[in-house]
Amino acid sequence: MSGQNKISVGLFATCLVDLMRPSVGFATARLLEKNGCTVGVPDSQTCCGQPAYNAGDSATARALAGNVITAFEGFDYIVAPSGSCAGMIRVHYPALFKDDQEMLARVQGMAGKTYELTQFLCDVLGVNETGVDFAHSVTYQDSCAGLREMDIKEQPRQLMDTVSGLELKELADGESCCGFGGLFSVKYPDISGKIVDDKAVAVEKTGADILLGGDLGCLMNMAGRLQRRGSRVQVRHLAEVLAGMTGDVPPIGEVKE
Amino acid sequence: MQSTSRNFSENARHGIADEKLQAALSRLSHGFPLKRLEAMARLPEFEALRDDAQGIKEHTLANLDTYLEAYETRVIESGGHVHWASDAADACDIILGICRDAGAKTVTKGKSMISEEIAINEYLEENGIQPIETDLGEYIIQLRHEPPSHIIAPAIHLSKGQVAETFKKEHQHLPPGRNLDEPRALLEEARGELRRKFIAADVGITGANMVIAETGTSIIVTNEGNGDLTQTLPKTHIVIASIEKVVPTLEDATTILRVLARSATGQDMSVYTTFSTGPKQAQDLDGPENYHVVLLDNGRSKMLGGEFHDMLRCIRCSACLNHCPVYKAIGGHAYGWVYSGPMGAVLIPGLLGLAETHDLPGASTFCGKCEEVCPMRIPLPRMLRSWREKSHQASLGSQKSRFGLAAWAFLARRPALYRLCMGLGVSLLALFGRRGRFSALPLAGGWTASRDLAAPEAGTFMAQWKQGKR
Repeated sequence: MSGQNKISVGLFATCLVDLMRPSVGFATARLLEKNGCTVGVPDSQTCCGQPAYNAGDSATARALAGNVITAFEGFDYIVAPSGSCAGMIRVHYPALFKDDQEMLARVQGMAGKTYELTQFLCDVLGVNETGVDFAHSVTYQDSCAGLREMDIKEQPRQLMDTVSGLELKELADGESCCGFGGLFSVKYPDISGKIVDDKAVAVEKTGADILLGGDLGCLMNMAGRLQRRGSRVQVRHLAEVLAGMTGDVPPIGEVKE
Repeated sequence: MQSTSRNFSENARHGIADEKLQAALSRLSHGFPLKRLEAMARLPEFEALRDDAQGIKEHTLANLDTYLEAYETRVIESGGHVHWASDAADACDIILGICRDAGAKTVTKGKSMISEEIAINEYLEENGIQPIETDLGEYIIQLRHEPPSHIIAPAIHLSKGQVAETFKKEHQHLPPGRNLDEPRALLEEARGELRRKFIAADVGITGANMVIAETGTSIIVTNEGNGDLTQTLPKTHIVIASIEKVVPTLEDATTILRVLARSATGQDMSVYTTFSTGPKQAQDLDGPENYHVVLLDNGRSKMLGGEFHDMLRCIRCSACLNHCPVYKAIGGHAYGWVYSGPMGAVLIPGLLGLAETHDLPGASTFCGKCEEVCPMRIPLPRMLRSWREKSHQASLGSQKSRFGLAAWAFLARRPALYRLCMGLGVSLLALFGRRGRFSALPLAGGWTASRDLAAPEAGTFMAQWKQGKR
């Protein structure tokens, strides 16, 4: 296949992946390239603006959104390893610019081609094999924005189904929030701590060895609580498993053995 | 009641530490959602009914003046009186006036959130009239001088042992050694106490789940039948309803009834659905001689057409509370006023002012579950966000987090500087986090109080990508 015919994808790494867990970014790039995309990583990307947006600071959110739009609107698609950040672009950017007709047209053009990673792999690329092994029992937390803003539910399961040896044990009440909520987790630590403790108990009850998910914020929240509880459940982003990179990087919050 | 919403975080800590409350919340948040799902499964057209119900409310709100006037006309035709109250004080004065005209000493009450909103009980007591709550949950919390902790299950925060204690303390005329271990015994005792009061009451006050413009009828739904006794036995019946409770026709009301109980408790219908139209007529065997309706605005007309307009569709079913991870963690009293959960976090700032209450819309993970389960598809997260915008504009909330966010935003708007600073920060954290995670970290106490913080991998993604790593 020549490079010109390939789908060009702008990889929006997300600020958390960029700073805390670059492996998820490399896993995402690897999955996209393996499935016929050329991957671009615009140098000017920082954050989608969601923390400001959720704090009621729409002016800052608009400024950061403008930066993302300028950096990414030239790609065929924009893909993020996060339902929350992709949802910010797809669902909330149009709301942010509803009173700015010129920007709104640009935003709407971009919103429609922005996807979360598993959604893009399944719904756009039609990926039905990954060719990787991961012989573990896992459970999966559906992150709220991915689930409710982006309709992501089947896609990660379809992809986990293609992983040889992987056994999925579903969480009881798996659609309930883990208590992360971005800045909520530090502004209301007692409430967040209580919600994530309930989630950690539910995770432990599945008997799974590994907790997977598609949003690093939620995963760091749940990993942090599981570790504080002394749990043996390990936590990873699904992209690491799908890209066959679990040997390269230890689970979240762990060190290489 | 005096609001404690300004102490939200402290209230929440109390709620989290209260083991009895936590047990009750756990039962509630498993029971109601499961029963709702079962009720939906029994009714394949549930989603279509939600659309119909939403459409009815939208149409009514777009023509609210017309339907309210039509309703008033029908009430008057049926022999009743309609009073318009612009705010809580107005409504209290009107109700007190009616009670005085009736020479009332005691007033029985059906469960009504509007009556909590206007704090009519305190007002009547101050003026020498004794109000008696007749819904079992409301009766219990009235004895305990507590506000409701849930809009349809007001005493959900209490265990049966706590209720037994309260009854022994308050029902001093009964034998102190009586056995109140079983819920049945509690129920029988409350029933015995209330029966005399139902008969003695001079006035009965009920709320209204809906009022119907076509017929001049008010509707209440209950599971105890207390509302029927409240509105049938006394000589005077007062209905207190907020203006958005009107629906055009009886048919419309029945459509909304079909989603109401299913969304609330998972019942197909509440045990009692009671319609009342005007005072007792010549051919009626029973009923009140006087029938009054107090229509309360209290800020609702200002919501019409604005960013909180959609909230006027709310039918007070409690689905948003029952499914909310925050409500489930802290309980209703943490919100500090009569409403709670997502609907409370949207309504309370409008009624009490944002300066006192900005934590309520602040304390949401924006998980979106409330909007998903709301029978009226009210975009609660969007409205919570509107309050946060107003909080931000008014510089309310923690100065530390505002400063932190502003500093971060300053950097995030300048990609090169952002990379430099974040790269340094990440390197430092990675250096000290060689054990994989932190159990405590300066400036990250909010996070590390209840969970570890994963240390970053060394080097940012952007820097490594630029260096050609793949």
